[in-house]
Amino acid sequence: MYSVGIDVGSVAAKAVVFDGEGIIAKEIIPTGWSPKETGEKLFNMITSMAGIEKREIKSIVGTGYGRVALSFIDKKVTEITCHGKGAHFIDPNIRTVIDIGGQDSKVIKLDEKGNIVDFLMNDKCAAGTGRFLQVMAHALEIDVSELSQIGEGAVPETISSMCTVFAESEVISLMASGASKESIAAGLLQSVCSKTYTLVSKVGVQEKVFFSGGVSKNSLLRKFLSNKLGVEVFSSELSQYLGAIGAAVIGYRE
Amino acid sequence: MRPEVMAEVEALRGVNSVKIKEASEAGKKVVGMYCVFSPQEIAMAAGAITVSLCGTSQVPIEEAEKELPRNLCPLIKSSYGFAITDKCPYFYFSDVLVAETTCDGKKKMYELMAKLKPMHIMNLPQTANSEDSLELWKKEMIYFKEFLEKQFDVEITEEKLRDAIKLMNRERKVMRRLHQLNAHKPAPLSGMDMMLAQWLKGFNVDKEAGIELIERLIKEVEERMEKGIYAFDEKAPRILLTGCPIGSGSEKVLRILEESGASVVALENCTGYKALDVLVDEEKDPITALAEKYLSTPCSCMTNNKGRLDLIERLAKEYQVDGIVDLTWQACHTYNIESFTVKNFAKDVLNLPFLQIETDYSDSDVGQIKVRVEAFLEGIK
Repeated sequence: MYSVGIDVGSVAAKAVVFDGEGIIAKEIIPTGWSPKETGEKLFNMITSMAGIEKREIKSIVGTGYGRVALSFIDKKVTEITCHGKGAHFIDPNIRTVIDIGGQDSKVIKLDEKGNIVDFLMNDKCAAGTGRFLQVMAHALEIDVSELSQIGEGAVPETISSMCTVFAESEVISLMASGASKESIAAGLLQSVCSKTYTLVSKVGVQEKVFFSGGVSKNSLLRKFLSNKLGVEVFSSELSQYLGAIGAAVIGYRE
Repeated sequence: MRPEVMAEVEALRGVNSVKIKEASEAGKKVVGMYCVFSPQEIAMAAGAITVSLCGTSQVPIEEAEKELPRNLCPLIKSSYGFAITDKCPYFYFSDVLVAETTCDGKKKMYELMAKLKPMHIMNLPQTANSEDSLELWKKEMIYFKEFLEKQFDVEITEEKLRDAIKLMNRERKVMRRLHQLNAHKPAPLSGMDMMLAQWLKGFNVDKEAGIELIERLIKEVEERMEKGIYAFDEKAPRILLTGCPIGSGSEKVLRILEESGASVVALENCTGYKALDVLVDEEKDPITALAEKYLSTPCSCMTNNKGRLDLIERLAKEYQVDGIVDLTWQACHTYNIESFTVKNFAKDVLNLPFLQIETDYSDSDVGQIKVRVEAFLEGIK
């Protein structure tokens, strides 16, 4: 038997198929404007990728902000609980998860069984999230995936505004005053790092620390976070799928 | 299905807006109040009706922001917005206003509000645990009494004060009995209905009628309990809600909690149990007794505020709660700072899951709050 976990986030929708031992298929597509249609499309994609029939699926669990739009799922679980379970599945030694997605960032503290001890989410604005970096990358006329590479080794400019709108004007002013793209890119990542550091500190950092969500692909930010927190921050190629993995694990075990 | 009497309770605000008009036109005086620190008994002993004017609606905030900073607590903005737009009948019919130097935001807002109606400000001490504070607060009781005597041209006698104290104690006792019904597992009343009943008492023009109504509600709920009718089933996580006051229009977090499957069994805030916990001593000199009671209110504007932790601990045990939610309004410095203390107390001393939600009266963050609340409840189950 199999279980399917679907995590429909604000930017990307992720799905995995779990066979009780490991992840046998994973897929990620842009969420687009309709979380409902994207979720259905993704479900069909992932089941055909895994080569499984509907009757072989014991449970489909949805998570992420789009979970409420999914009519075909058996259960909805919040992304906070799913990230906790997903992290525990990847490595039972993980005690702190830093998740930065498209529209929110969160810190989750776990016990040795993967249960949530405490969690904290960003306030309602986009400060310190993937959206913040996306808007800033746009101002720099680069793709968000290039920020890390461009900023590597540069001396970071200070970006003091946390508001996405104000920070964009700040970036534009910096460009006008001749600051390099490299140092602005590094500065932007520093500012997300500092915001994340505050969030993590409120919950309390405990090793092992794992970085998930779309923004975790940014290796320079991960390096900044490791330095600032004074502990190594881990990530994996599955880190963007953490919510979907957690959802599938929860579905399989119920 | 809710208790039938709840429909009558819910109608109180509308019914009383007519009653207050009639009373005012018949020559009755009305004293508008903003806080549970206001000694209602003194106004009642002056023959006046007391009404609660604390704003709980998002609607007048836009107008208030023309004069007040945007980054201010919504309760202060809403209260002020109602005053300047004159859209609240209870404010309109208030002859005088009384308020206290509680938090900085309110204190400064009252300076602006004082231009609209005769207003008396009581100088509330910043700490409750000193003899000096009590002496000051006793004097403030007398100043307020003298203010009303002059404004309304009446004499507030000791006998009238004693009568008012007895009546208010009866109201507190009946509201306390209502609140204590939810100590039962499962809870017979939803937290929403409990909040409404507790909050709407602030609009009662006729206190005796209000007490009688709540007695009927209690009777109906007790009958339902005998038949096994409850608001939630046994498995619903039982939540203690603490923090800033809420009312109809600012019930967002309470509503989300219950829509997500929680049973909010105890309201520690000043809409709920905080003001009911201590009665006024009926034996002592009335002014001393009133000063002692009101000074003991465990509000975050006091330093220190250990009384709040004691009350949370008592309620958490008596109501067998599974988790604590601390609701703090945006820019409410005292409650927001104190939340860290409450969090540590919940986790280290009570060993209970804790969630703080900082928000305002708008619906802009409903989605985000839902995620937090659902995740919090998933962790409890």
